[in-house]
Amino acid sequence: MTIGPKEFDFHAARVRLEGKAKSAGEKLTTLDDTVARVRDGDTVAIGGCLYSRTPLALMWALLRRRPRALTLARNLMSYEGEWAAVAGAADKLVTSWMGIGLPWGLSRIQREYVESGRIEFEEWSHLGLGLRFRAAAMGVPFLPSLTMLGSSLMDVGGSKTIECPYTGATLHAVPALFPDIALLHVHRADRFGNCQIDGYPHMDADIARAAATVLVTAEEIVSDDEIRRHPDRTVIPGFAVDALAHVPYGSYPHECYALYDSEPAHFTVYVDGIKQRGAAGVADYLERYVYAPRTHADYLALFAEGARRDAATRARMLTS
Amino acid sequence: MSSYTANELLAVMGARALRDGTTVFTGVGAPMMAAALAQRTHAPGLTMMMEGGIIGPTWKPGELPISTNEMRTAYRAQMLPGITDAFLLAQRGFMDVGFIGGAQIDQYGNLNTSAIGGSYDKPTVRLPGSGGANDIISLCREVMILTVHEKRRFTERVDFVTSPGYLGGGDGRRKSGLLFGGVSRMVTTLGVFDFEPTSRRMRLVALQPGASVEDVHANTGFEVLVSDALTTTAPPTEKELDILRMLDPAKQFIG
Repeated sequence: MTIGPKEFDFHAARVRLEGKAKSAGEKLTTLDDTVARVRDGDTVAIGGCLYSRTPLALMWALLRRRPRALTLARNLMSYEGEWAAVAGAADKLVTSWMGIGLPWGLSRIQREYVESGRIEFEEWSHLGLGLRFRAAAMGVPFLPSLTMLGSSLMDVGGSKTIECPYTGATLHAVPALFPDIALLHVHRADRFGNCQIDGYPHMDADIARAAATVLVTAEEIVSDDEIRRHPDRTVIPGFAVDALAHVPYGSYPHECYALYDSEPAHFTVYVDGIKQRGAAGVADYLERYVYAPRTHADYLALFAEGARRDAATRARMLTS
Repeated sequence: MSSYTANELLAVMGARALRDGTTVFTGVGAPMMAAALAQRTHAPGLTMMMEGGIIGPTWKPGELPISTNEMRTAYRAQMLPGITDAFLLAQRGFMDVGFIGGAQIDQYGNLNTSAIGGSYDKPTVRLPGSGGANDIISLCREVMILTVHEKRRFTERVDFVTSPGYLGGGDGRRKSGLLFGGVSRMVTTLGVFDFEPTSRRMRLVALQPGASVEDVHANTGFEVLVSDALTTTAPPTEKELDILRMLDPAKQFIG
């Protein structure tokens, strides 16, 4: 059994939330200050999905602080999981799938670190992990579902079944996952932390409700009036957010719906580094892209000139 | 007869199995090509759903999605419900067909995309995991699998059941609590298979053009049943191949 009681203890999670200041005040701060809230050993849930709206600026800032013993949870884990493994920041990965995509093949880092037992890998189905966040977002210890039943996935994560009290049917009682930290990147927010997302919602709204501490970066900080003009687009209420930073291109070179496309050629260069030098390829990448640049703007400046403008043009064409 | 690739064959045979006016939950690769082809031939009223949380996309030729949740996947979509809610639509019963790609497969249609060899905690080969495959195979009304036919893929017993077919056979699937669905069809580069209704063992029902029963036996790591009414599929037509090549001119998925 790899899940721990802390993950589904809805009572403790509720008490922890009630004990926290749910201020409706200013949330805007610096990128570095947002991630100063992460403690070694924390369970960190990452928003977006694969190479879509990944909170890469938050991961960048977090890894620069050299955290240790984190558990990272994400529905489809992309190379941010590889970064954390090679940086020695994570002891455990919780996901339903790990890699970048079909053209890039299996994750060699996942293979190396899991096959050697250097990192714990806890796997769920995609919906299974989605329901873990949904249960926590609802403040309950589990949600009944028909998924994962009968599979070996039921045996390795600590799942239990229950008999339905009404019909007698066997149901998977998917355990809640209350993370310590949520890392999310959104399209726009006001300075009070009310967040709007365009395009795919992914699991971000559930993760924001599930986590004890919610850290957000936004492409754009807009006025209170702007949020109030379209309250139907607000998916995370300001009172759920602890700290917010303004980071344009905060997912780059992953995509942000309608704003910029991903950079598959960059992924290929990254993966080629791993093919040639294994984990050292990632370590070199981290040195160059994560540890060396002093600001996120310096990080963005490492990409080819004009690349972001082209990515923005492609995004407009794909969403209009 | 025109020449075609393995992935073109899988996409064409997958497309033919889809009916107009139905819903299909599809992954990327050959399943996605099959659904897109069906949409442009006999099934214009086919509605696709992708696990990134996309309903009703109409993909742009030359801009096919690489993942189930990128902007290309959502091109001209009707709804973006989010990932968890997309799967919950399948759990409710809205998805007629689930369409998934290859893996390690056993005679009861169980799939392994998790771990091969060694112990589970320290496997010989760690694979990516389920993604949405377990959910699609658990929740859709029926599931079709499209895969290249290789002996190393078709093994008597999978090391780990990531996605459940008929588990140990017979009524094993129902007994586990999976009250709906099951693998109705497996399309490979050598043949089309169903699962014999009593034992739920894989059964050859049609041979792909040019393939023989001996080929199937020689490339499968367990004893395959053969239907008494064995047929042969009609080869891909020029029209089908033209549409696939128009959709994927760079041959990312059909090459």
